[in-house]
Amino acid sequence: MPRRVEGERASASASRDGSRGLRIRGITVRFDGLIALADVSLDVEPGEVVGVIGPNGAGKTTLFNVICGFVRPQAGEVEWRGRSMRRARPYELAGLGISRTLQGIGLFSGLTAAENVMVGADGSRRAGLGSAMLGLPRADREESRLRTLALEALGDLGVVEVADALPSALPYALQKRVALARALVARPQLLLLDEPAGGLGADDMSELGERIRGLAGEVTVLLVEHHMDLVMSVCDRVLVLDFGRSIASGRPADVQADPAVLEAYLGVESDPRPPEAGDAHG
Amino acid sequence: MTARATTPAPAGGARELAGRAASRGRRLLDQTLLRNLALAALAALGLYLLSYWLGRFDNLQLATIAYYFVAIAGLTVLTGLNGQISLGHGALMAIGAYATIKVGESAELPLAALLAIATIATALVGVVIGAGAARLRGPYLAGATLALAVGLPALANRFPDFLGGENGLSTAPPVPPSSLGVGFALERWQAWIACAAALITFVVLANLVRSRYGRAFRAVRDDEVAAALAGLNVARVQVLAFVVSAACAGLAGGLLVVVTSLAAPGAFTLELSIALLTAAVLGGLGSLAGAVWGAAIVVLLPTWAEDIGRELSLSTSVEANLPLLVYGVVLIGVMLAAPRGIQGALSWAGGLIGRRVRGHTEPRSRGASAPGEEIT
Ligand SMILES: Nc1ncnc2c1ncn2[C@@H]1O[C@H](COP(=O)(O)OP(=O)(O)OP(=O)(O)O)[C@@H](O)[C@H]1O
Ligand SMILES: [Mg+2]
Repeated sequence: MPRRVEGERASASASRDGSRGLRIRGITVRFDGLIALADVSLDVEPGEVVGVIGPNGAGKTTLFNVICGFVRPQAGEVEWRGRSMRRARPYELAGLGISRTLQGIGLFSGLTAAENVMVGADGSRRAGLGSAMLGLPRADREESRLRTLALEALGDLGVVEVADALPSALPYALQKRVALARALVARPQLLLLDEPAGGLGADDMSELGERIRGLAGEVTVLLVEHHMDLVMSVCDRVLVLDFGRSIASGRPADVQADPAVLEAYLGVESDPRPPEAGDAHG
Repeated sequence: MTARATTPAPAGGARELAGRAASRGRRLLDQTLLRNLALAALAALGLYLLSYWLGRFDNLQLATIAYYFVAIAGLTVLTGLNGQISLGHGALMAIGAYATIKVGESAELPLAALLAIATIATALVGVVIGAGAARLRGPYLAGATLALAVGLPALANRFPDFLGGENGLSTAPPVPPSSLGVGFALERWQAWIACAAALITFVVLANLVRSRYGRAFRAVRDDEVAAALAGLNVARVQVLAFVVSAACAGLAGGLLVVVTSLAAPGAFTLELSIALLTAAVLGGLGSLAGAVWGAAIVVLLPTWAEDIGRELSLSTSVEANLPLLVYGVVLIGVMLAAPRGIQGALSWAGGLIGRRVRGHTEPRSRGASAPGEEIT
């Protein structure tokens, strides 16, 4: 028994210094002259749901792009589970247990919903070119395994009926669900959601909130969102960005009451945003 | 029903639906190789009969269509499924053609081995070019491959001793095996070789397109950022698509030697590269069946146009330009009538008829068809 306690203490302290979760330290990103992120730091413990909010152009998507290796910061460092992400290439993230949904939709337009999710389920495994070219039963079995996984993921999100439809044939809210299924099918430990509620109606949004809450504890979630109701109801903590600077962070209720935040952000809360806003590059 | 037996008790309607859809998908997918082989066997039988029905000239046309198909099928995978444009596939064919003759000169090898070597050699060149291509997008890629189309065949003139200069290299035509009997037409034998290679190419590409690799090609074409986030090494997928495509072009070049007994710069002009891309677009980008239509059109159309010109007994200047005119008219006509190419139009019409027929028996349509249907 004592040994067990010691082990727990060790893992608890490991999580306290961030080596098991996500650790963002002093990130600065400049796009010729424009400062997209200025010395931003954030620690996310395993299983936590942390919101990242801020007005348009605050640098939220850029922060995700830094974590994913699409944008190399001029300064600062990202660590995931004690491993520096400095050299990580975007396609290695799936293998590190990190999934991300893109702002907007980001589905493959020429692939059916099921195929979209199958790409997510396939992960970084790239073996079997020979058996694929020969059409061997092994390749077929692998395919049907992937399809079963994809249909399960679509079923979990209540959209298995549209498995063989192209994204363009689906309403926006269903496309969003397919995109989430593609991210979840890889069973990520860290999930980055970039405006998952954008363009959703009230019912879809509350269902999404419950779903994110359901992930908490098992999956570490970073949530970029403009809908304050959703952020306030699902996030354990919130980081507020404005013009690339971190202006506040803490529990949702405290942040909401922060005068700096009220001035910078909450004034534009009711700003109606078009559903098809932006892409991964921001 | 097998799906229900293997999966844990379905929790609800969604699970059950998932299971049923999975088993339906599994039944289809289980037979990738069988289905493609059966298709190829059927086509082989048809081509066999056709080769006895056709005369010498028409068998040569058939062989030409077959090697065009090989090149166009590779290109349609690259451009249609992976989104990489290439105006340089004629040059890749040149590599296969010269390799076939050069290796054949220096070693006594069976033709199948020569063609395999030509395919592999061009695939290796494809690794290098593909690695460069993966860094380029859109017009830059078009420009770079255009430079390849113009520059590579010119190498023959830079090394006239080795590559034969403007006259190129020639070789003996293949000899029909004596078991086929004396007087077996050479052209029929050439058609058999080219058609056999085309069928093998079809089966391999059809398998590949249906696999995770085909899906990866299309995912990278549609959204590179999302593809990377799903764990796909975008550059590696693009290089792979280029290598597959180059291998096909190399094989097509080797088959061109089988048919014409010659590898010369004049056979690998920019026009050839453009004709290949035109055929891929005409047939329907990304569709292997479309590659058949495309190959048939670019090979047969000039001949037909010449025949028409002769029958109308036009003046020589008009007659000389008629093929080009017909070519242009057909191209514009098809693109206006069927922007997704001939195969796109056919599968659209097929879907329309299918829905009509089903409409009487089934009140509700089953929803959108999988895009995989139109690919093979
Ligand atoms: N690749 C890039 N090159 C140049 N500028 C960029 C790039 N990506 C983002 N920016 C700029 O950086 C700033 C931050 O953009 P970012 O997309 O991170 O904002 P955001 O907080 O996600 O905004 P939104 O709520 O509109 O999505 C913006 O001014 C944007 O124009
Ligand atoms: Mg954004």
